[in-house]
Amino acid sequence: MEKIKEFFKTFLLVELLKGMALTGRYMFARKITVQFPEEKTPQGFRFRGLHAQRRYANGEERCIGCKLCEAVCPALAIKIEVAEREDGTRRTTQYDIDLTKCIFCGFCEESCPVDAIVETRIFEYHGEKRGDLYYTKPMLLAVGDKHEAQIAKDRASDAKYR
Amino acid sequence: MMEWLEPIQKFLGPAWLPIWTLLKIVVIVLPLMGAVAYLTLAERKVIGWMQIRIGPNRVGYFGLLQPLADGLKLLMKEIIVPSGANKFLFIIAPILTLMPALAVWAVVPFNAQLVVANINAGLLYILAMASLGVYGVIIAGWASNSKYAFLGALRSAAQIVSYEIAMGFALVTVLMAAQSLNLGDIVRGQHGEHGLLNWYLIPLFPMFVVYFISGVAETNRAPFDVAEGESEIVAGFHVEYSGMAFALFFLGEYANMILVAFLASIMFLGGWLSPVPFLPDSIVWMFAKVAFMLFLFLWFRATFPRYRYDQLMRLGWKVFIPISLLWVVLVGAWMQTPYWLW
Repeated sequence: MEKIKEFFKTFLLVELLKGMALTGRYMFARKITVQFPEEKTPQGFRFRGLHAQRRYANGEERCIGCKLCEAVCPALAIKIEVAEREDGTRRTTQYDIDLTKCIFCGFCEESCPVDAIVETRIFEYHGEKRGDLYYTKPMLLAVGDKHEAQIAKDRASDAKYR
Repeated sequence: MMEWLEPIQKFLGPAWLPIWTLLKIVVIVLPLMGAVAYLTLAERKVIGWMQIRIGPNRVGYFGLLQPLADGLKLLMKEIIVPSGANKFLFIIAPILTLMPALAVWAVVPFNAQLVVANINAGLLYILAMASLGVYGVIIAGWASNSKYAFLGALRSAAQIVSYEIAMGFALVTVLMAAQSLNLGDIVRGQHGEHGLLNWYLIPLFPMFVVYFISGVAETNRAPFDVAEGESEIVAGFHVEYSGMAFALFFLGEYANMILVAFLASIMFLGGWLSPVPFLPDSIVWMFAKVAFMLFLFLWFRATFPRYRYDQLMRLGWKVFIPISLLWVVLVGAWMQTPYWLW
């Protein structure tokens, strides 16, 4: 009996029609496509995008050249050279991040004792020739200067969870 | 109805016939190519909607220029001929696929008057032409000099030939019912005062299903698209093709889809006849029915997972052929009784 029932079910294409009813319904469902340049999905304050170097409010750069980020970087994307500045402080003479190597894990930001290197919300950036995505210290500082307000706000939102 | 053409005919003399024929070809082929182009857009849109996406909408308003952009892209691309390929056959194969797909349209009636060649054996001509398409597939696979293309060609050829049998039997029931091979007469045979109930769809419904599913398999469409199989394999017989040569295979495939939709409308859905008695028969009905059948093609593609090759063969040989044979006998017997009302 069960077999006969099964036979008719297959023969009359019942399951196929059910499937078509489902896709037919979805044809009129609300579409979930986000039309990117015009619409954007919401971002969290922990978003890990383009890197930036921050400064203190008095304009002094935060980075002290401890090389913790260089050490922790799993992709070996960071290169740092350090020297003593005239005023006797330890500063970086070179701080490069190769964004083509970077995997955006956020370990550099996590390891930084002075919150100097951070990852911002910026994810729409590009390079037009080889080397464009090799970010040097002045470039990273420029990104930080430009977006300091947003960066500080995001760190403040995250602070209570740390 | 063509009286106004007579002065032109006199003026051109013997050149008239080829010019007139060419004109008729252009009048059929150009709109067909347009329909094919926009069928690809409709396909992407409909499948998009069914997958809760919105489909192409960047090139032109509503994505309306997308097919043109695609066509232009394919035209600009290089046609690469593999070094070991038989160049002549390699080039001729896509043409052999497209040519029958276009030639078939000579006998397809759009309404009671509008048909290029109103020949008596129209259905036979269509079957003959549709069968020629398989040569393009085999030649393309062989001429590529690639084992993948060759295996793909064998697979597709076997599929197309198998489903042609079931399709042929489904058509046999139609011509038994219509007592004619002329497509116009088949439609006229479905004329009656009950509109929709006079169509062959009612007595031959299983054959309609068999015909349409075979048509889907015949045109290598999902869920029978093992020839293309884009989510599992690279492609079948046309792996080595690029640019416009590749596009010709798809022009042929889509032209065949439209043809299957037209034939299903003509033979089972009453062609240009109105479904209800109080509305006039018109070519609009024809196009509405064709559009619906084409929508079914896209709907299938958005719904069903691909058949495995052995399942595909089983369906063709062990299910469709017995059913259609049985129905041929049944319809024959039915027609001898007074209960045959069509």
